Amino acid sequence: MTGELVASTLRVSTPLIFAALGGMFSERSGVINIALEGLMLIGSFAAAVGTLLTHSPWVGSIFGMAAGVLLAAVYALFVIRLRANQIVAGTAINMLAMGLTPFFCKILYDVTGSTPSIPIGERFHSAPLYLGWALVAVCVVWMKYTPTGLWVSFAGEHPKALDAAGIRVNRVRWAAVLVSGALAGMGGASLSIFLSSSFSRDMTAGRGFMALAALIFGKWKPLPTALACLLFGFADAVQIRLQGVAVWGDHPIPVQFIQILPYLATVLVLAGFVGHSRPPKAIGTSFRKG
Amino acid sequence: MRKFLQPILAVVFGLALGLGFTRIAGESPWHVLQILGKSAFGSSYDLGMTLFYSTPLIFTGLAVAVPLQAGLFNIGAEGQLTLGALAAASVGALWPGLPWPLAPAFATMAAILAGTVWGAIPGWLRARRGSHEVINTIMLNFIAAGLASYVTLYLLKNPDTQNPETRPIGPGYHLLQFGFFNGAPVSMALPLAVVTAALVSILLWRTVLGYELRAVGQNESAARAAGIDTGRMRIIAMCLAGGLAGLVGVGEVLGNAGKFRLGFSPEYGFIGIAVALLGRNQPGGVVAAALLFGALHKGTSDLDLETEHVTRELSLVLQALIILSVSAEGLWSWMKKRSEA
Repeated sequence: MTGELVASTLRVSTPLIFAALGGMFSERSGVINIALEGLMLIGSFAAAVGTLLTHSPWVGSIFGMAAGVLLAAVYALFVIRLRANQIVAGTAINMLAMGLTPFFCKILYDVTGSTPSIPIGERFHSAPLYLGWALVAVCVVWMKYTPTGLWVSFAGEHPKALDAAGIRVNRVRWAAVLVSGALAGMGGASLSIFLSSSFSRDMTAGRGFMALAALIFGKWKPLPTALACLLFGFADAVQIRLQGVAVWGDHPIPVQFIQILPYLATVLVLAGFVGHSRPPKAIGTSFRKG
Repeated sequence: MRKFLQPILAVVFGLALGLGFTRIAGESPWHVLQILGKSAFGSSYDLGMTLFYSTPLIFTGLAVAVPLQAGLFNIGAEGQLTLGALAAASVGALWPGLPWPLAPAFATMAAILAGTVWGAIPGWLRARRGSHEVINTIMLNFIAAGLASYVTLYLLKNPDTQNPETRPIGPGYHLLQFGFFNGAPVSMALPLAVVTAALVSILLWRTVLGYELRAVGQNESAARAAGIDTGRMRIIAMCLAGGLAGLVGVGEVLGNAGKFRLGFSPEYGFIGIAVALLGRNQPGGVVAAALLFGALHKGTSDLDLETEHVTRELSLVLQALIILSVSAEGLWSWMKKRSEA
């Protein structure tokens, strides 16, 4: 039972890890990414479509990432180029994804609920899980030891200093938001072609927001963020296991109480009751050259 | 004039772009627009449904606009309205014998109170613990959904049905529905919403409290220098927001369903963000924007039947594009520069 729980935790935290790492690039560069939810959703849909078309989950996940990048480009256009409020535009992007996925699903498959199911041989078996953790390692090195990683941090902490060093702040932010779109799209792909057998409507069910919470919980650093994703994944796995299990007397723990644990934990962490978490200094502000 | 021009242009732009999308589905955008218009305003029943959807949007629009005036972003109207509706339904289910008008008054108070508490939490957390209200309100939306699901399925489950809903409220609780709309559930909640908007307007621009709230939103350090307790103002703004969102429960539970139904809200809380933005955070603008979004919601509801491939989810696409158009600061300042040059 424990082994099963561990395996299940690792599996269900995979989409969160991809999305949260994606969010990390964008937020460390100074762009809040409420839109993760929508980027994941469009990614999960496109990945299912791509897999159904080509019978390869690898090509499918490229579809998912491409869709994430495309939608992230719309987001970047509005928040960076047109200086829209990042929270407003992020909310709009989420709505757009919620509307566009059933819209295209209906055109392609004549139903709005879900795509046809993908045969098991054409789905991922466990590759995204390993990829996710490999990506964590890559991000740790990337953010700390490469110039581009430093640019991202500076764009979010001291955009003026970065600009003075001759690096275009908004270009760094564009790149960071597009990377976040690709990773969130991959997170979505691992929902539809790894954890389940098709895309279904609104299947992200708040996971984008949960990834965002994990990012804050993990203080915007790759490894702690991934560990926070594991914690949320664990709560999810426990919740799946505990459904209907009697814990004291004859009464099962209401599953709702277990489901809200990750969200409650986030509120407590943010409030500084459990450690403290500080966002990048210039987050949420658009940059205009002097 | 510019005050009105920008939202109107944004709506036109968003609608045009969104309807352009229907081309991909092989529909004529003009035909889709006709369906939208007919379905939203074609009969007194359709008009009634449009008003029915607009009512909660007035409340949630205000619930976003008031804190925005104080510089706070309330993404939590969805959770606040969920608990408001749940509270109204719980009161009605637990004390079904209460007579009219005591019953609806009591249930309304409960709805306001529940929403207020749910708004107060992120307000307090922001003011006293410094944690950002955006993430907190999103998290509280999920927590509210969990609590509502628990109460509905375990404590107050309606034994007569498989649907996830609470026991019905007592007969004394039901609000008057207007007969003119041929059965569309337009209740006293609509005038209540309009009056509430007027009261919010008075509060914001004719009282000291309103002045202080807006002062915090416009320039926090100046407000603090003027001796305003900014933390307290933030908490008050979020309490007001929660109470306003909680009032959605009055229309839904007392004016329509007669019980709390899980998932009754098609994201009224999120659409409220769009309503507040398009309405420029002014109560009058919120009412107008709520009518527009109510009409969009009703208008798109018939698309599944009336067209081959376009679905009702088009309303989400249209709303998203309208919000994006309104929010594009750079676009508007560029246009302003062009018109001045």
